[in-house]
Amino acid sequence: MNDTTTAAPPTAASATAASATAAASRWRGLMADGLWNQNIVFTQMLALCPTLAVTSSATNGLGMGLATTSVLVVSNMLVASIRNWVSPSVRIPTFIVLIAALVTLVDMSLNAWLHDLHKVLGLFIALIVVNCAILGRAEAFASRKPVLASAVDALGMGGGFTLALVVLGGVREVLGSGTLFASASLLLGDGFRFLELTVIPQYKGFLMMILPPGGFLALGFMMALRRVAETRLARQRAAAALSGAVGA
Amino acid sequence: MTDHCTPSAAGVQPLADPKPNTRPLAALWYQPVSLGLVALAASGALAFAYDAAAPAIAAAEARDVAASLAQVLPADFADNDLLADSVTIGGDGEPLKVYRARHGGRVVGVIYQVTGKGYAGPIQIVMGVDRDGRVLGVRVTRHTETPGLGDKIEAHRGPWVHRFAGKSLGDPTPARWAVKKDGGDFDQFAGATITPRAVVGAVKGGLERFAAQRAEMLGDDGAPARADSSRSAPGSPTDGAVIIATRTEKPE
Repeated sequence: MNDTTTAAPPTAASATAASATAAASRWRGLMADGLWNQNIVFTQMLALCPTLAVTSSATNGLGMGLATTSVLVVSNMLVASIRNWVSPSVRIPTFIVLIAALVTLVDMSLNAWLHDLHKVLGLFIALIVVNCAILGRAEAFASRKPVLASAVDALGMGGGFTLALVVLGGVREVLGSGTLFASASLLLGDGFRFLELTVIPQYKGFLMMILPPGGFLALGFMMALRRVAETRLARQRAAAALSGAVGA
Repeated sequence: MTDHCTPSAAGVQPLADPKPNTRPLAALWYQPVSLGLVALAASGALAFAYDAAAPAIAAAEARDVAASLAQVLPADFADNDLLADSVTIGGDGEPLKVYRARHGGRVVGVIYQVTGKGYAGPIQIVMGVDRDGRVLGVRVTRHTETPGLGDKIEAHRGPWVHRFAGKSLGDPTPARWAVKKDGGDFDQFAGATITPRAVVGAVKGGLERFAAQRAEMLGDDGAPARADSSRSAPGSPTDGAVIIATRTEKPE
């Protein structure tokens, strides 16, 4: 957690009052952790099962990401609010019971009152129960931190998860079927029909990218790319620090 | 959660402390009791939510059934309330719930569900058949096929399922009621043959059941419809010819 301040954008940090700045920068650090430094998929390599399963298209990735994020926010807040009452020896079953109940509640409520959305997201919601990232955040963060910080952490982690799924789904969809965000209007409503792109017209399709092997391939290449970017950033930072020292 | 004494001791721990004082929480009696309370609260919440949601879920699913029933019929094909006009038939197969589409009181078609064995589980299909055993329409209502591959059987993801309209056991011939890979008339999808094969097989099975139990399904003398075959030419439900031709049947 301590190395995150360097990654947070340095802008606007000096503009606000000290206490507010401390909280804001801590939260920005949490968001940066979730979105990039500690990205669930690319760094922690958690939740790979739902990741590989649903990212055959960008739309599916987005649906899974949004559903997971909302469950993660509520579960983190719930766990954080009872963290001082949970005996460490039984914390894992306690969290599992909470998360499973929560997912079932979400599933039932969506089915009852947002039935059309449930028809689109139903597949993803059942998969959230087996998403170890939810338990991972409860265990690693929410069981030791206050409610608000846990909510921010959940937003960051969920956002990073969504980002990873959309990018991975997008890459696989473009390579596999030549489209991007196909049938996004089914998930987001007719207003988002403009998202549906045909990137490569008359594309015959590269089936393997949609099948599970394509998921592993795309994920591997994206992890490698992320490492390259990380290394380059670190080198730049080191060079900047060096020139600063020389200047002084 | 309403547990006394023990939590208050832990409750005053500083928030940033990663390991709260574990001594009172480590008591042997506290572990099962706390877990039991959490489980009780969770199941209580679930029971409450189930009670609250069950009628809404049932209503939503009934609406789904009604919508899928209407989808497999051309527009204005039936003038009765399909949900209220159903019969369960037995026979050699599984009991089958058959909805009857009437026009002017006469049964003009039936709608029933068939199930195909898909790649990843059962595929539920609703099909409408007219008096002559011609398919009026087919819709897949529930499946677990691979997203992006097998889900093209859904009507809103591709035109494939519309190809069944107008087909009957004589057209194409029984041998050609198969996907092209198996020497039949129906397209498979790139990368997904099992899924369309399952749907084609299920629809064919549904037509065979209709042929075997026609009188029972129609619930009347089973007299063939008039030779006017243009009536049931389905295709697009908005097709004017279909609607007009349907209306001509009224005087009968």
